Amino acid sequence: MEQKQDGPSGGGLSHSTAEAIASVCIFAIGVVMIVSNYRIGAGWASDGPQSGYFPLRIGVILCLASLAVLFRSVFGKQRDRGIFVTWQKLRPVLLVLLPTAVFVLAIKFIGIYVASTLFIAAFMRVMDKSIWWKILLVSIGVNVLLFWMFEIQFKVPLPKGPLEALLGY
Amino acid sequence: MNELDALFHGFAIALTWYNIGMMVIGIVLGIIIGVLPGLGGPNGVAILLPLTFTMPPTSAIIMLSCIYWGSLFAGAITSVLFNIPGETHSVATTFDGYPLAQQGRAGEALTASFTGSFFGALVAVLLITFLAPLVAKFALKFGPPEFFAVFLLTFCSFVGTGKDPFKSIISMMLGFGLAAIGMDIVSGELRMTFGWSELLRGIDFLVVVIGLFGLGEILFSMEDGLAFEGKSAKINTKVVLETWKKLPKYWLTLIRSAAIGCWMGITPGGATAASFMGYGIAKRFSPDGDKFGTGQLEGVIAPETAAHASGTAALLPMLALGIPGSATAAVLLGGLMIWGLQPGPLLFVEQKEFVWGLIASMYLSNIAGLIIVLSTVPLFAAILRIPFAIIAPVIIVVCAIGAYTVHGAMLDIWFMLLFGIAGYVLKKLDYPLAPLVLSLVLGDRAEVAFRQTMMGSKGGLGVFWSNWLVGTITTLALVMLFWPVLAFAWRKLRRSQNGAAGSTT
Repeated sequence: MEQKQDGPSGGGLSHSTAEAIASVCIFAIGVVMIVSNYRIGAGWASDGPQSGYFPLRIGVILCLASLAVLFRSVFGKQRDRGIFVTWQKLRPVLLVLLPTAVFVLAIKFIGIYVASTLFIAAFMRVMDKSIWWKILLVSIGVNVLLFWMFEIQFKVPLPKGPLEALLGY
Repeated sequence: MNELDALFHGFAIALTWYNIGMMVIGIVLGIIIGVLPGLGGPNGVAILLPLTFTMPPTSAIIMLSCIYWGSLFAGAITSVLFNIPGETHSVATTFDGYPLAQQGRAGEALTASFTGSFFGALVAVLLITFLAPLVAKFALKFGPPEFFAVFLLTFCSFVGTGKDPFKSIISMMLGFGLAAIGMDIVSGELRMTFGWSELLRGIDFLVVVIGLFGLGEILFSMEDGLAFEGKSAKINTKVVLETWKKLPKYWLTLIRSAAIGCWMGITPGGATAASFMGYGIAKRFSPDGDKFGTGQLEGVIAPETAAHASGTAALLPMLALGIPGSATAAVLLGGLMIWGLQPGPLLFVEQKEFVWGLIASMYLSNIAGLIIVLSTVPLFAAILRIPFAIIAPVIIVVCAIGAYTVHGAMLDIWFMLLFGIAGYVLKKLDYPLAPLVLSLVLGDRAEVAFRQTMMGSKGGLGVFWSNWLVGTITTLALVMLFWPVLAFAWRKLRRSQNGAAGSTT
């Protein structure tokens, strides 16, 4: 799924190539399904179909359909040769995606409330250039609200870190 | 008149303070979700579903279905005021809604669309009240082959009515594949866990839905860097009353759109297809058809009525057969299973209070919804003026929390991220996502039905034509599956005949 890293020149990957790569990936998923289900038995046991019977066939259909899409994107007459995604468009997407990955990683160590406070604050600072009191108000406000809703109202425990431990939760 | 008795009993259940409170909360949340970019019916319901685990099922479904109604109503707000469809089913509403707003008639457009929505929903709820119990009663006779045939029909009609049949098939098969991960519910064997013990419980559909629709949608809308330029709307009693006076003129459009919507909702054509069809047909038959697109009230009423009717009617097969007619209905169905209810025709027998409480709440909540949207539009339009830089991270945080609360597992947040990326790529490549959700939710049940059928028939496929009922459904399913091919062949045949006729004369 990482096929969209084209250079900053803005050119590169065409829509039909992206389509072809995606269909190859899907074909691979289909093959994995077939192999893995073949191993646990996809045939007929004494009491009926085995566990792999149904998913194996799903894998076969997946492979066939992805081949159809692949052939269409390689040999099709009406294939879309336009750019799949330009760098200008991909940049903001990555600007959201990468910090989100860091945020998810951080949840494990500092708990979801602190992580999301920092995440919202950083996001507002970089994307919107908001003034500091607005940033503090929103990032802390949202998390206090979430904390109240989940930990106190609904009693649904969320991952917590050292700060919450310090406060006695 | 059994249904009426049951319905009044349902009203008694729905009309408690607690449930009315849930209704109002649900509608308000639903409108917020519908107005916000990146959040919609399916993932809004998915994110909030974990909060309902501790509630009584009837209150939980009332709240969640109200979120759904709220988001259906809200689609019109963004379409009319901002020319941005908050949901795909309100794309057709922008055609005439935004021109009306540009002419300063936003209030009229909104009133007309909300009232149209309300009418569509009302027709669909009436249909559910009287038809669903009959369908369920009929379906009680179903055995595994009949059930599998109905599943097949659902899946096939998705393929047949989709834009790109191969992509619909791929999306659907991916859903089945995801559903199969984890412990096999029939034999207890592990499937596709690749020695990873955390995959033992499988990948929950909520995590997938939140990733695909929530995060994926945010990434997708980031591309254009959202900048909203909205019109303001003034709705007051005078505008509402004046618009209502004009509406009876469009009775035919209302009825036609409601009928289209109901049909498209029960057969899983979806609200989006219904709204386009409602708009297209109104355009063709209306005396002002050529003026459509320049700001006709009728052009707002037609798609909204159809979309809301279809969204509501999608609950009919969900309640009566346990087969959802839309992605949101699929998530609601998943909720049903989490609350410990067994979806299917037996629901009408074993869970009378639940079913009729829900149906009664649909009447009440659509009335409440109409009042709420009419009175609070400016407030919700203001939400859209909050910079995206604030909304986007908050939505991502809420998505992460939603994914975590399903099982209290960190891994699920990572899966959500992964499905977010997958959702972005698939959406860019025009893969429909609704079939994936549908097969993910129904996958296990469809498989069990299939395996039970195969056990009975010793592997022979002839069982799917063993009696007229199952035979009809299976044949219909195959017709739906090959519909694009059949339609193509038919057109080609007609054309060659016409060509031949033309050359001889």
